[in-house]
Amino acid sequence: MSQYTAPIRDMQFVMRELAGLDAVAALPGCEEVSPDLVDAILEEAGKFAGGVLAPLNKIGDQHGAKWQDGKVTTVPGWKAAYEQFAEAGWTALACDPQYGGQGLPKLISTAVMEMWKSANMAFSLCPMLTNGAIEALMLRGTDAQKDMYLPKMVSGEWTGTMNLTEPQAGSDLAAVRTRAEPQGDGTYKIFGQKIFITYGEHDLTDNIIHLVLARLPDAPEGVKGISLFVVPKFLVNEDGSPGARNDVHCVSIEHKLGIHASPTAVLAFGDSGGAIGTLVGEPNRGLEYMFIMMNEARFAVGMEGLALSERAYQHALQYARDRIQGTELGVRGGPKVSILQHPDVRRMLMSMKSQTEAMRALAYVVGAATDLAHLHPDEGVRARNQAFVDLMIPVVKGWCTENSVDIASTGVQVHGGMGFIEETGAAQHLRDARITPIYEGTTAIQANDLIGRKIAREAGATIQGVVAEMRKVQAELAAKDGDFTAIGRALGNGIQAVEEAVAYILATYNADIKAAHVGSVPFLKLLGIVAGGWQMARAALVAERKLAQGEGDAAFYQAKIVTARFYADHVLAQASGLSYAVVNGAAGALALSDEQF
Amino acid sequence: MKILVPVKRVVDYNVKVRVKADGTGVDIASVKMSMNPFDEIAVEEAVRLKEAGVAAEVVAVSCGIAACQETLRAAMAIGADRGILVETDVDLQPLAVAKLLKALTDKEAPQVVICGKQAIDDDANQTGQMLAALNGWPQATFASKVTIADGKAAVTREIDGGLETLELSLPAVITTDLRLNEPRYATLPNIMKAKKKPLEIVKPDELGVDVAPRLSTLRVDEPPKRSAGVRVADVAQLVDKLKNEAKVI
Repeated sequence: MSQYTAPIRDMQFVMRELAGLDAVAALPGCEEVSPDLVDAILEEAGKFAGGVLAPLNKIGDQHGAKWQDGKVTTVPGWKAAYEQFAEAGWTALACDPQYGGQGLPKLISTAVMEMWKSANMAFSLCPMLTNGAIEALMLRGTDAQKDMYLPKMVSGEWTGTMNLTEPQAGSDLAAVRTRAEPQGDGTYKIFGQKIFITYGEHDLTDNIIHLVLARLPDAPEGVKGISLFVVPKFLVNEDGSPGARNDVHCVSIEHKLGIHASPTAVLAFGDSGGAIGTLVGEPNRGLEYMFIMMNEARFAVGMEGLALSERAYQHALQYARDRIQGTELGVRGGPKVSILQHPDVRRMLMSMKSQTEAMRALAYVVGAATDLAHLHPDEGVRARNQAFVDLMIPVVKGWCTENSVDIASTGVQVHGGMGFIEETGAAQHLRDARITPIYEGTTAIQANDLIGRKIAREAGATIQGVVAEMRKVQAELAAKDGDFTAIGRALGNGIQAVEEAVAYILATYNADIKAAHVGSVPFLKLLGIVAGGWQMARAALVAERKLAQGEGDAAFYQAKIVTARFYADHVLAQASGLSYAVVNGAAGALALSDEQF
Repeated sequence: MKILVPVKRVVDYNVKVRVKADGTGVDIASVKMSMNPFDEIAVEEAVRLKEAGVAAEVVAVSCGIAACQETLRAAMAIGADRGILVETDVDLQPLAVAKLLKALTDKEAPQVVICGKQAIDDDANQTGQMLAALNGWPQATFASKVTIADGKAAVTREIDGGLETLELSLPAVITTDLRLNEPRYATLPNIMKAKKKPLEIVKPDELGVDVAPRLSTLRVDEPPKRSAGVRVADVAQLVDKLKNEAKVI
């Protein structure tokens, strides 16, 4: 069976040394956060992830969620694990204490979320979507709606869903057709069909709270005519208990490439007279509310990329240690050795490890910046961090998820032929990873957001500030020798590549928008790689300092420097090629006529 | 009724320990440490007795360096009500720990002390027994089932021939075996609450106990590597080897 051990040591390192746990703990509202508490939480979450969730990952894949006569049965073991998860209070970690949450900062919930997602991604989607629904209600719900739904959603007694997509409205939500008819008593009847609803129906809890995008009768066309409604599976009685069954039914669930245990529902609203819901916030502003929550959701999917990469790495490493094949290169007549001794297997494992660590560093840094953006007393600090978060969210989402597909594929490659066999378990990570660059906005959607809203619209102000920060690290590296010279050189080339690509985007975005968009995904990858290299370089500098001080685990710090060196030579080295594609790639991409394809 | 549970900070059971190059002991610098698993079972049992209404208070005790506070917090996250750290940098041996616990039982007057049967670092399996002897209390070691009612404890223990059930008058010492229970996962609210539970720190001097080591370790070695096997020609040769080479029959 594939095991998962939470990488607590690296998580602690990144939280403390790179993301600034101290600064987060000093924020108002975070008084309880101390390194001891964080350690205790990571320790216990790691135990739960490894002991309860990870052992269900494979059976989840093999068995899958089952639909029959409108009811969905989750995988054997799922319900017990969910109850244990909720009882242990993990659903409430980041939620508002007013509704029973623990109110812990994003930096901590980020690390804990990574564990759930590494251990069992299909399981983790249920609490993740519930959190999204909680956020929406917190943001714009009335007090009555909050009191009715939030305590039970925070405690995990009920789960939540997000209903956006319809068959004709995927990436283009302007095309949403689901209708909401006011009943005159403050409620609405909802009619329409929603697809791709994660955990839209299941047997884990007594009630499911759906948040649904729909149009009011007099709504304007397009994105400005969409409102948000809350529609429970069971209407809620005055005393808070579930009452009559609402007219929302699961017509089927999808057969998917991966995340088999996560039921992806087709939901029919109003087939028998109308599903009763109430309006969240103001009419016609639903999509706007969704956009406020988008950062959160996109970040969480980016974390899936990181989490699956970690799991795939652990899986491949274990196999590489156990699998005996061939003799060591250069040793004549030597004994058979594990494949970990072969240079290319080492290269593959280092590639997985270094990119996973780079993604973790960048994602946690962004998580901590989110805390500063929300809670810091100084408005300037808040604004600066928010701008950084806004710039980096599409990168965390797009880069980490695209990487995870490659990394999980490398994980299969480490296994050789056995990787192609399902029993080995390496293939599941690849199949599970494949959805992550697609849902919650494809990589192209992220990349368009990045070059348009986040760079061109503000003439590159934020990205230039980030580049200046990177240059400082590069200067620090330049003053050193050995591995640090190599890391500094690669980082310098990477920064230059980003600068060239940004200059091209700023010059082209208004003049030739199609040309700019051809380069958007290569640019997103480029920025991810260089931002990851920036964090790996910072990690190497911290490690060097710790080693000089003789503090802590020397083997860990030495490995950090070596890993940063590998990343510089193998990953950062790709930056100039990507930049070249951004700057020169439009001609070949756009010139064929439709018939010539 | 009050239950006292001693908990020891040991090398985590997942860590593959290495003997120090100079043979003076095991290398525990920057190695992951956690609560002795048998002690975790003891805490769990005490907390269950409290939840069942049998016990009123569960007090966790640890003896050792300042970092043992983490171990006490872990015990409190499972459900112990408060913690006492007997803080010392001295390398504590079972008799010293038993004496410290004796001083604490005098002070706290628990009806039951539930210990792990042994710690997974030195595997001494002595502290609980020594504590019972110092106190002149009855003891039941290697418990796989504990029932407490009417001022008596009924303890089922695992012995070579099967199971043995003892009845003890209280106060008593019980030591836990692996199958007594399966410790719970601490809940997030309890982890947070554990930070606020009282944790008292005392020094061995204040308890009037001399904790200086009585035993000295001469040398610590890795277990010998298993050597390659040989193929025997027939049963007679096998028996001969077992008798004369391995000397096991």
